[in-house]
Amino acid sequence: MLLSIAIGSVVIPLKTVLQVLFNSRVGDAGFSTFTTIIWELRIPRTILMILAGAALAGSGSAYQGLFRNPLADPYLIGAASGAGLGAVIAITIHWPGSVFGFFVVPLAAFIGAVLTVLLVFGVSRAGKTTPVTTLILAGVAVSSFATALTSFLLINSSGELRRALVWLMGGSTLSGWMPVLGAAPYILIGLVTLLSMGHALNVLQFGDEQARQLGLRVPLFRTLIILAATLATAAAVAFTGIIGFVGLIVPHVMRNLWGGDYRRLLPLSIIGGATFLLAADILSRILLAPQELPVGIITALAGAPFFLLLLRKSKQQYW
Amino acid sequence: MLEIKDLSVDLNAEPVLRNISFTAKTGKILGIIGPNGAGKTTLLRAISGLIPIRIGNLELDSENLVDKSIIERAKLIASVPQSSSLPMAFNVWDMVMLGRTPYLNWLEQTSSQDDEIIQFSLQQTQSLDLAMRKVGELSAGEQQRVLLARALAQSTPVLLMDEPTTHLDLRYQIELLDLVQQLTRQKNLITIIVLHDLNLASRYADEMMLLEHGQIVAFGNPQKVLRDAVLSRVYQIPIHVDKKTRIPHVFPK
Repeated sequence: MLLSIAIGSVVIPLKTVLQVLFNSRVGDAGFSTFTTIIWELRIPRTILMILAGAALAGSGSAYQGLFRNPLADPYLIGAASGAGLGAVIAITIHWPGSVFGFFVVPLAAFIGAVLTVLLVFGVSRAGKTTPVTTLILAGVAVSSFATALTSFLLINSSGELRRALVWLMGGSTLSGWMPVLGAAPYILIGLVTLLSMGHALNVLQFGDEQARQLGLRVPLFRTLIILAATLATAAAVAFTGIIGFVGLIVPHVMRNLWGGDYRRLLPLSIIGGATFLLAADILSRILLAPQELPVGIITALAGAPFFLLLLRKSKQQYW
Repeated sequence: MLEIKDLSVDLNAEPVLRNISFTAKTGKILGIIGPNGAGKTTLLRAISGLIPIRIGNLELDSENLVDKSIIERAKLIASVPQSSSLPMAFNVWDMVMLGRTPYLNWLEQTSSQDDEIIQFSLQQTQSLDLAMRKVGELSAGEQQRVLLARALAQSTPVLLMDEPTTHLDLRYQIELLDLVQQLTRQKNLITIIVLHDLNLASRYADEMMLLEHGQIVAFGNPQKVLRDAVLSRVYQIPIHVDKKTRIPHVFPK
């Protein structure tokens, strides 16, 4: 965390960071710039990355458990592509720059994510139940559609293209405390709800039928888990852009290391996701310094090979 | 005593069960036999609550079960599924623990009493030494035993088993059903088992039910149900039942 606060296009010595954090040299003229950078940029960014990583990995492990599918991640049921579409629409039509101007993109992303998930569920609902396979197929189809629409809009748009692209690759277009305050409530509510679902997710590993025979109210818990995970994902995506791989691989790594018990796996994924994303974010600031890379590129570049290595090395079947 | 009265079930507008009425007794094993598609599994699913009962009635000791919530029902009826679809990464203790689901509070925490019940269930199924193993590492026979332990952990008066011996070799088949028989007597369970193997059914069932096209065509002790004529007709091959032995022995001619 200290590293994350210290490193950036302006590198601040760790000692100075500690001094600023603990308020020891207030009023020192040379320090005011550092103080501003630390309190207004670095700390909120650090917190935002921790929140987003926790949200993505936490909901990723919940989706994997719920759908009993190792490929499931926060994006599978359309949350991310919907968010992307929402954001790009907002950027390309130049939403009037009101007071809330800079808030419009995340807001549009949030709405896009929620609408897409609702659409996917609406389509795949068969009578009273929602078959998992249909749900995943619908998610893939709707995601592709939304992604195609996004590309279409991007090609047709003249300006603002870079901003949209950066956002899509997982670079936050926002800075300061606003995104933290905007994302935190949704992410915290979503994750706390998920953390109470460990036992239910364990039961669901045995399939809907056995779960019902064991006395689990399957529709209720399934709805709660999906709502909580989508809420956390949408908030993370809306304020940090599309950051891939965290929600997919962190749960797998944790499952590989600590086993499949969701009462342990959920908190571990949340901690692991926060750590991983924070580390990736630090890398994104130093690799091409002083220029910053979108963190989504780092998570994929670092995450994919590591994941492949893990798959290769793991002898026992852990899924 | 589990009583089913005039149960009829339609699936996709097709009649699957018609006017099923019978009583399953405490401390006894009821074996359900019949050819594929006769409705054996559907009957178990209706009893366990997976299929809502719209026509007919289901009573346990004169208490109506039809409108019970799934939590209440899971405290009365436990099902042992086939072992084919288990999450392999689970460890045995955690899986047996899931049998306590209907008793957990909203925080879903297990008490020390739950732990005792889990341990006792593992002991009774001779699988305590498997507690820390992964489900995926167990043999098919061991998997059936720990699934039985999970059902016992549900602490229910009724135990349902759907073809529990399918993937087991002869030794495990006998060991498992010996165990089920012993537990049924000991704990006064109402045990209902769907079995394909007529000779296993003959050996272990106190009472048998022969289903054909969703209807009961014979009900009673094995001596009464296992007859040449009715089996030959229902299974559509010539079948002979040797009743000279203590347990009627069935073989195709």
